[in-house]
Amino acid sequence: MELLRYILRRTFLSAFVLVGVTFLVFVVAQVVPSDPAALYAGPRPTAEQIEKARQELNLDAPLPARFATFAGAMASADFGISYKSRRLIADDLRAYLPATLELAIFSTGLALLIGIPLGVIAAARQGGWTDRACSFGSIAAVAMPTFFLAMILQLIFAQWLGILPLSGRLSREIAIAAPLPMVTGFNLIDALIAGRLDAFGDALTHLILPALTLASYPAGVAMRLTRSAIIEILERRHILAARALGLSEPRILFGHALPNAMGPALTVIGLSFAYALTGAVLIEIIFAWPGLGRYVSEAILAKDFPVIAAVTMVVTICYVVMNLLIDITQALVDPRVALS
Amino acid sequence: MPLLDIRNLSVSIPTSDGDVHAVRAVSLEIERGEIHGVIGESGCGKTMTGMAVLGLAPKGARIVAERFHFDGEDLREHAAHLRGRRIGMIAQDPAAALNPVLSIATQMDDVIRAHRDLPHRARRKEAIDLLAATGLPDPEKVLRSYPHQLSGGMQQRVVIAQALATGADFLIADEPTTALDVSVGAQVLALLRGLVTERGLTVLMITHDMDVIAEACDRATVLYAGRSIETGPVDAVLQNPGHPYTRALLAALPDAAPQGARLAAIEGSIPAPRSAIAGCAFAPRCPKVLPTCTVTPPPARSRGAHRWLCHLPEDAA
Amino acid sequence: MKKLIQRLGWPGTLALFIVLFFVLLAALAPWIAPYPLQGAGGPNVVAKLSPPSADYWLGTDHLGRDILSRIVYGTRVSLTNGILIVAFSLLIGLPIGLAAGYFGGWIDEALMRGTDVFLAFPALLLAVLMAAALGPGFLNSVIAVAVTWWPWYARLARAEVLVLRGQPYVEAAQLAGVSHWRIILRHILPATGRPLTVQAALDVGPALLTAAALSFLGLGVLPPTADWGQMVDAGRKFFPARWWYSAMPGLTIFVIALAFSVLGDALRDRKGGTARASA
Repeated sequence: MELLRYILRRTFLSAFVLVGVTFLVFVVAQVVPSDPAALYAGPRPTAEQIEKARQELNLDAPLPARFATFAGAMASADFGISYKSRRLIADDLRAYLPATLELAIFSTGLALLIGIPLGVIAAARQGGWTDRACSFGSIAAVAMPTFFLAMILQLIFAQWLGILPLSGRLSREIAIAAPLPMVTGFNLIDALIAGRLDAFGDALTHLILPALTLASYPAGVAMRLTRSAIIEILERRHILAARALGLSEPRILFGHALPNAMGPALTVIGLSFAYALTGAVLIEIIFAWPGLGRYVSEAILAKDFPVIAAVTMVVTICYVVMNLLIDITQALVDPRVALS
Repeated sequence: MPLLDIRNLSVSIPTSDGDVHAVRAVSLEIERGEIHGVIGESGCGKTMTGMAVLGLAPKGARIVAERFHFDGEDLREHAAHLRGRRIGMIAQDPAAALNPVLSIATQMDDVIRAHRDLPHRARRKEAIDLLAATGLPDPEKVLRSYPHQLSGGMQQRVVIAQALATGADFLIADEPTTALDVSVGAQVLALLRGLVTERGLTVLMITHDMDVIAEACDRATVLYAGRSIETGPVDAVLQNPGHPYTRALLAALPDAAPQGARLAAIEGSIPAPRSAIAGCAFAPRCPKVLPTCTVTPPPARSRGAHRWLCHLPEDAA
Repeated sequence: MKKLIQRLGWPGTLALFIVLFFVLLAALAPWIAPYPLQGAGGPNVVAKLSPPSADYWLGTDHLGRDILSRIVYGTRVSLTNGILIVAFSLLIGLPIGLAAGYFGGWIDEALMRGTDVFLAFPALLLAVLMAAALGPGFLNSVIAVAVTWWPWYARLARAEVLVLRGQPYVEAAQLAGVSHWRIILRHILPATGRPLTVQAALDVGPALLTAAALSFLGLGVLPPTADWGQMVDAGRKFFPARWWYSAMPGLTIFVIALAFSVLGDALRDRKGGTARASA
């Protein structure tokens, strides 16, 4: 009962936040700029273009009416037309969103896979040199500018070692000569559906560098959170009991202590996903990854304002929904969350 | 030769404010097949003695003893090896001793797997047999459960089954009934008694409760301020206590007090764990204290197998 | 010196000196930079894209300007960027957090739900949208980042106030009829302001990291002013063949952000001795 009330309350708050997000985007898009119409009409607009934008944006109407129009358009996924490509932004988003989601999900997995075991090991060797090395590594990962890390990884793995592709989502041979049928938009899954192992491997190797770049920061955070959680858990009585029962130390760490650290792990998933969505803006252009991030960074250069607003809106919705799901999962796993 | 043979054990833990003397001078002789009670107030060193036997004393603790042997093996060297193989532990609070996020099946299986190389199916059967041996009515259902779905008594039976699963023949039970209802606690004690006779186990029972001693133990040792001050067959210790502290403990029992009278609480408090003690540790609280008590260590007195340390002559008791 | 190492540990002390070193660079840029004219933006066509050498320690960029001088001048932009971001954020976040925590009730609810809306955005995206709306430029990028930054201080301030509000001396002042305004100014602000300022000082690192990301995207200061993020972006066209163009400013951002992180860690580990004790 408490659980249901908690879920309802969280859902209601998320809906409220989404209304607030829409309002804030509206304010930034149409109230903050000195001439929103000029912004919407694109770089060096003609007087005609500005006039057209003025009408589209309904700029002469009172503010509440303008917000109603704006919110209505967002709710029906009508993001307008890109100035640069003259295409419907909604269509572009449909093409680019899966690429960014694939990258975000893969890098989140990578962050957990790297950060959590390191955190457990650091906790087990608390104060030792492994612990110190891990701690420094996590600080360095957090301080590293994403876009710079992207370039370093390119330099090492693509340029010097030549073992991973420099950029792109698929090799030319596959993308052009034998393209994958698009089912989900996730190349890894589409390749499996089509039974194309060559394409799967190709998609995977292209995914590694950008995913590793995006995983470094959340992996650092995951390591720190796991470490402190495990240190606390190792003090508990059931761990002492497990030792007294003669269980091996690895089994105690990974089989008994780690399953108690679900909370931090879930936190990391949310954080990592958010970081990947933001980081995508910075690194997709470096890796020529055809996703929302590259879409928006190209839009910045072209002053394609409607695209920037639309991407901000869509990514924030993804982010809010993701956080809601994590909170609900956390409450389901540990009912105490719902009570506090 | 006793199974567990401890003579003058001391455990001290260095801290920045000086050493904490958790155990000062404990001697224990536990014979095969007996339930040996160790009783004392909190802070008397009974739990730390158990931890030292298990090799689970805190890091940096200094362990010194004239003898510290289990079945002829020196515990200072072999505790880690014996723990979980021959020496098992039954913890005070079964709810805390079981991992809240793992099923009973996983937790039983982990223990069996750590000690015996059996195929999956045989391990499962073993788990069911062990749970049944602790008197759990529906072992299969228990295996599917998580700790919070079981009652305290059932949890304690699972903990006992885990201890049995290690194959240990010597169990250290640290306040096994404190967290349970009185009637459930009595059932658990009866279960332990049964296991001792059926399986030839030996149990070191740590408790602060004279009732537990009277109900379940064959012999008992009384601890005060990190020292063993009296030991002997339970009947002798309870009926005819030699040490004034044991007498005070017995007088503090609700049963001993006449209806309506206040409990005879012992005045004063135990010595600080960091201080050095000359003479008898109980002297400051003893109703029959002699001038010599605070200066010289008390001599050993005995009546057959019943021994205690006190300056008072035997018949003054 | 010994005391400092005792308090911060040697990594923390080293980090503190690195931060101070950068502050010095920023203050004395025209005297330290080997080619002050190029640092300020003047081209030097004779030495386009030369690799690191005795003349140009860190190489030159596509206009032949000395990268070292550009980095030294860029310190000014980066540090002021970081400092202004946290200062603006404190200016917005502190009063909002104070009001929410002190008054409670519907004021608290309204302010904190509003704060939640800002926190619902992935921070960099909101900054990008804001910067795009305001147009590029130094002050605009500062405002854009501050808009995403202040909610953290509002939350921190609120949490501090909630603790203070229960203190006997605050309750006594309330009972004695001292005005809210005076209580906030005399009792609450000094006690919350100080730990928050320490936090903000350490946040200069992450703040300038975010500002660097914005200028990497072309939403920061306008050329020819030197800026690290923008240099990394400009060097991208010549990467990896002329790696030094991007790598040197990138490495600089990393070093200063790392120094702030390590320093923050050192202070947090010894909280009792520093931030909290002074509060």
